[in-house]
Amino acid sequence: MTRLVSDVVVITRRNLLRNLRLPQLVLFATVQPVMFLVLFNYVFGGSIGLALPPAAGGRYINWLIPGLLVQVVTFGAAQTALGLTEDLKSGVIDRFRSLPMTRAAVLAGRTLADSARNGFVVALMLGVGAVMGFRYQTGFLGLVSAFLLALGFGYSFSWVMATIGLFAKDPETAQTAGFLPLFPLVFASSVFVPTQTMPGWLRAFADHQPVTVIGNAARGLILGEGALPAGHTVASEVRGAILWIGLILVVFVPLAVRAYRRAVA
Amino acid sequence: MTLVVATESVTKRFGSVVALDGVTFGFEAGIVYGLLGPNGAGKTTLIRILTTLLRPDSGRALVDGIDVVAQPGPARSRIGLAGQSAAVDGFLTGRENIEMIGRLYGLTARESKRRTEEILERIGLVEAADRLVRTYSGGMRRRLDLAASMVGRPRVLFLDEPTTGIDPRSRLDIWELIEDLVSDGTTILLTTQYLEEADRLASRIGVIDNGRLIVEGTPDELKDRVGGAVVEVSVPTDRVDEATAALKEIAGEPPKVDRVSGHLSIPAVRGASTLVAVVRRLDQLGIEPEDIALHKPTLDDVFLTLTGHPAEAEVTA
Ligand SMILES: Nc1ncnc2c1ncn2[C@@H]1O[C@H](COP(=O)(O)OP(=O)(O)OP(=O)(O)O)[C@@H](O)[C@H]1O
Ligand SMILES: [Mg+2]
Repeated sequence: MTRLVSDVVVITRRNLLRNLRLPQLVLFATVQPVMFLVLFNYVFGGSIGLALPPAAGGRYINWLIPGLLVQVVTFGAAQTALGLTEDLKSGVIDRFRSLPMTRAAVLAGRTLADSARNGFVVALMLGVGAVMGFRYQTGFLGLVSAFLLALGFGYSFSWVMATIGLFAKDPETAQTAGFLPLFPLVFASSVFVPTQTMPGWLRAFADHQPVTVIGNAARGLILGEGALPAGHTVASEVRGAILWIGLILVVFVPLAVRAYRRAVA
Repeated sequence: MTLVVATESVTKRFGSVVALDGVTFGFEAGIVYGLLGPNGAGKTTLIRILTTLLRPDSGRALVDGIDVVAQPGPARSRIGLAGQSAAVDGFLTGRENIEMIGRLYGLTARESKRRTEEILERIGLVEAADRLVRTYSGGMRRRLDLAASMVGRPRVLFLDEPTTGIDPRSRLDIWELIEDLVSDGTTILLTTQYLEEADRLASRIGVIDNGRLIVEGTPDELKDRVGGAVVEVSVPTDRVDEATAALKEIAGEPPKVDRVSGHLSIPAVRGASTLVAVVRRLDQLGIEPEDIALHKPTLDDVFLTLTGHPAEAEVTA
């Protein structure tokens, strides 16, 4: 057990150092989410602002930020697939697999490091958002809970991405395969706009898929119950969010670990 | 005599490709075993099986008496691997790389630090230790990779083509490092495509071709079958008789002679010194050679002799 902890710490540290020292990663981690925030706020803000519930306080950015938290961690999780495939390709995973270390540590260390990175990016977004006029409408505790919920979702999604990466095996395929589920999940959701205006078939998907559920929970925690679709409560959304996170972990942790055992074999 | 590495009829297929076709071999502790073979022969596949990265389709593989398939965990604490591509982390420094591997071998942070300093010293990377590895040359990366494989003081080191693709100077450094390790009692299995490398480092050599071990023995036994180095010289056809007499004197036996082309050859029993002797003697006689060379047997010669076809013809994939 102590061995597991020390192995996970060693691998997490290695991945964090890598994250910090890879210039394009640092850029991707900081510039891109901020760009999303600025673009969406000023491009869509004007027209969408009219359709928002009053809980948004009349500002699109108040609606946008909780959704973007989830968008950012979901995209950030794609890094897990890339990082793993790069390690596969360079032979680093072969070396790890030949060492008398805890097997789960490589995946745990990767997903944890990517979550730490996500945490940094989300905090940065909240800061930039505040400068642009974002204000939480409930309490600070609500904001922190939303932050943690988004990170938890990002962590679980890292395991989905780990599985995809281990099946894809090379960075180029992982890049494409990893982003495939991202676009429908992030865009057919309540992240950017309320789902009411979507056609029925799309709405059926959008209302129940995890990104919307986590987004709604974050929104409820930050803006209050008024920001949620009729009939939803903050408690029910948070419960749904935790359920999704748990479900994803239960399915994808074993899948990823199995794929890791078999990778390259 | 107990074998530290042993396999029994190991086979491995990838789809329709038979990578290993019943390999049985083994060797005792404290030596360098050289596995010699061309591209696609199955060298890497065999190493991957022995280092628990790949399961064989059938057969058994033991390292230090432990079945690597049944007990991969205990096997891993006895081995070190430096794979075919230097698996070092470009965004860590040399020191961080080795320390990390030390920790993953189960050393405490302090032990790992101490061992890392020791190893950096040994591989001559102390000065570059705090630079990011992506600024290292190919030779430095190789040395670091080797260093990483030995942090945990493994009983057996597996080195997959440790000198392929690096310059002669760095190759020499790595050879010295390997010799140093063996004199400390480490057992090493190394693969190579160079007969010269196997000859210099290994006390036993196995030649692998198409997934089969086609011959095994000491370097001398192998060279006896292939023939050693030869000095080849071309002289003007009107001087062939004089040159034949001179070469016979040097070699102590009559040279092979082709009168039409003026081509002669003798065994280079003393290597380069034989070549020098030939040059001197011809010079004294005032014979101007058109061409002269020391020809060392290569992997190709081994294959030509043992299988009747050159090594390249084997690569089908
Ligand atoms: N993962 C794999 N999938 C499919 N075929 C493979 C795989 N690994 C190896 N092979 C095939 O198995 C055979 C043996 O490959 P191996 O890598 O063991 O050769 P090698 O002796 O190490 O060659 P090289 O000198 O080029 O490294 C080759 O024909 C190769 O194409
Ligand atoms: Mg190979």
